[in-house]
Amino acid sequence: MLFRGFIRGFSGFKGGIHPPENKFFSEGKEFSYISIPHTCFIPLQQHLGKPAKPVVEEGQSVEEGQLIAEADGFISANVHSSVPGKVAGIRSHPTVYSTRTQCVIIETEGAFSATSKTSQVENWETLSREELLSRIKDAGIVGLGGAAFPTAVKLSPPQGKTIDTLIVNGAECEPYLTVDDMLMRTFPGEILEGIRVTMKVLGVDKAIIGIEKNKPEAIANLKHAITENKLSHSIALVALQTKYPQGAEKQLIKALLGREVPSGGLPMDVRAVVQNVGTIYAIREAVLFKKPLYERYITVSGPIVQKPGNYKVRLGTRISDILDEIGGLTEEPAKVIMGGPMCGIALDSLEIPIVKGTSGILFFGKKNVYNDAYLPCIRCGRCVSACPAGLLPCDLSVAVERGMNDALEALKPFDCIMCGSCTYVCPSRRPISHFIKLGQQRLKSRSAAK
Amino acid sequence: MAEENTTNEKEQEKEKGSSKLEYVLSIAPHVRSSQSVFTVMWLVVISLLPATSYSFYLFGLNAVKLVVGAVIAAIASEALYQLLMKKKMTALDGSAVITGLLLAMNVPPDAPVWMVCIGSAFSIIIAKQLFGGLGFNIFNPALAARAFLMASWPVHMTTRWHQFSQNNIISQMIENSAGLPASAFDAITSATPLASLKGASKVITDFGASADGVIQTLLSPQLLKSLFIGNIGGCLGETSVLFLLIGALFLLWKRIITWHIPVIYMATVAVFMALYYTVYPLPGAESIDNFLPRIVLFHLLSGGLVLGAFFMATDMVTSPVTHKGMIIYAAGCGIITSIIRLWGGYPEGVSYSILLMNAVVPLIDRYIKPKVFGTTMTAKTHK
Repeated sequence: MLFRGFIRGFSGFKGGIHPPENKFFSEGKEFSYISIPHTCFIPLQQHLGKPAKPVVEEGQSVEEGQLIAEADGFISANVHSSVPGKVAGIRSHPTVYSTRTQCVIIETEGAFSATSKTSQVENWETLSREELLSRIKDAGIVGLGGAAFPTAVKLSPPQGKTIDTLIVNGAECEPYLTVDDMLMRTFPGEILEGIRVTMKVLGVDKAIIGIEKNKPEAIANLKHAITENKLSHSIALVALQTKYPQGAEKQLIKALLGREVPSGGLPMDVRAVVQNVGTIYAIREAVLFKKPLYERYITVSGPIVQKPGNYKVRLGTRISDILDEIGGLTEEPAKVIMGGPMCGIALDSLEIPIVKGTSGILFFGKKNVYNDAYLPCIRCGRCVSACPAGLLPCDLSVAVERGMNDALEALKPFDCIMCGSCTYVCPSRRPISHFIKLGQQRLKSRSAAK
Repeated sequence: MAEENTTNEKEQEKEKGSSKLEYVLSIAPHVRSSQSVFTVMWLVVISLLPATSYSFYLFGLNAVKLVVGAVIAAIASEALYQLLMKKKMTALDGSAVITGLLLAMNVPPDAPVWMVCIGSAFSIIIAKQLFGGLGFNIFNPALAARAFLMASWPVHMTTRWHQFSQNNIISQMIENSAGLPASAFDAITSATPLASLKGASKVITDFGASADGVIQTLLSPQLLKSLFIGNIGGCLGETSVLFLLIGALFLLWKRIITWHIPVIYMATVAVFMALYYTVYPLPGAESIDNFLPRIVLFHLLSGGLVLGAFFMATDMVTSPVTHKGMIIYAAGCGIITSIIRLWGGYPEGVSYSILLMNAVVPLIDRYIKPKVFGTTMTAKTHK
């Protein structure tokens, strides 16, 4: 038992996998700007929760950063125009969320007022907690790690829940992606300021930044910035083992605080809030400059990309526009992925625009795409060792396959964090996480029918 | 000019055609580990090659015939069954090759080839395909076939061993340094080491040999060395611990097996034997230096323990899925092996112990489950 505790002390959480990192394509490549697209397709839904309600009409002129759709309800987020121009229409367009999502289509024209405006840095430390929170809310900030949960909601825990630690997620455990790494290398001071803003909003005096060990430069730069700003009493930096899914919220909390979020619970149940470094960076800009979230940093990578790298891009820019600008691909893509290769979503069109939750775009050629038929489970147990949630993915997949719903329920499919580790390791090539998702839906519809 | 236009149009059409690309849509993850069932199976085959090649060197042509015959029979039975039952053909996925190879490694080197072919057919058709094919079999097919051969042709399976010299099947390296009567020495060395150990007391009374001498011969450094290197009698593939360990290290390095089953299996045998011989030492044990370590080493190196612990008990399909389950399963294998070796009718118990524990695996998997993340609060959470 002691020995096991010893091992866990290093790894932080149980399970996990070591896929080839493949970060070298874009690692260390400095941010460059993707130019303003002539047409922007800005989806009303770029976050978890209800889509935003449009507040502009066709033909109307909008400024850069102007509110074009406002949050509808508590769990929703404002949407702003990424470019100055004219609203060409509000109609459906394919996005990462569905083949038809309502988008505000803006044709670029006019002056870039926000870009030309000198940044007025306000002394945020004199602002109240409520003022800070409302600025974050107004700016339409959502989690930029991928889940796109409205940040203002996450930063206002309900009555009775106390938070004692802010966890800053710089793990970036997904292969290929390097955007968070570059953010931390390039803007360590800004990120620390963002952390202090967020700490003030949450009313906590302790923050921990968790970074995987494979980003030594980001770790060094942030460490240096922490000592330089004399923040070591409140902000700690922990170098984590390089292991997927180190950046999964619950696993990260376990690794950094040793606390286990109870099954079915949220991080706030163990008094923690987790924010991605990209979100922290956006929070700072929202508070200091009142800058809405209309652009973000992404990684464009993959074995067939001419110029893989890290780019700053306006939300609503289509993938095809980005590809045109960075020199295209070396061969026909067989798969296009928004996000990382472990959790990202395969796309069916290059017309799909970049949204708030887009951390990267990956292009895979034929060689890199697995399309094998799957075989029966051979009970090798690799998925069981890999599962960070402590489930039996092999049994779950078989229960779903055979339609055994009671057995399925006993195997706790809702504790699955959808990290895909089981599917990754399965030698029978079974789409296990897909089966589990299917099982979750089946159980949901069954309990709804009851 | 007109021509140019048409070519341009064609190019444009081509471009349009290529811009309407079809991308593969699938649910995440979009990357897979490099190990598929196919690669896993063939890597296991590769890991068995050192020991197999050594058996060719040691036992000669009949060993080659047995291995080739068993492997071909296994592939052919699988192909034939899948053809007749109109199932998807998987005869070359490597699993049938492993079954045939392991079966051949588990028969005496002078066994008839037809017997091992019948065994291969039994293992594939009865022990594997009738249970539903790869992934559904309860018993290790090769071991089930070995049990079937033991029951059907016991003479071929237990009495005909390879002769290294006129009367000696253990190894020519073993000398009569303990000064045993020639008849007693012949009696000891004309069996496999484990059988000699089991028959030691009979040799002592029948030939009037001194107990010290018998035990000294069995636990002599030469014999232990022979057991490790493998120039010694036994089943075709089980003799050389050295070459088996080379393959086993390869499997561990490729992460095809984990340490849990082999280490716990062998450790259980070691502990069990150490306890037994502490309470009931062999006659003449007190006159031998380091008797206990030597007898434990003798048990670990002899018989099919290394082959069984690293290559057969670790069969993915017929072992538990959790590490905790694997430990229980391996400990069970170790205890049953020790019991058969010490009190059973056979000198060797590895194959039956694994088969018996195979039957327990569904039960182990039902009760031994990993802890679901977040289901028990740690002390820190409550603070």
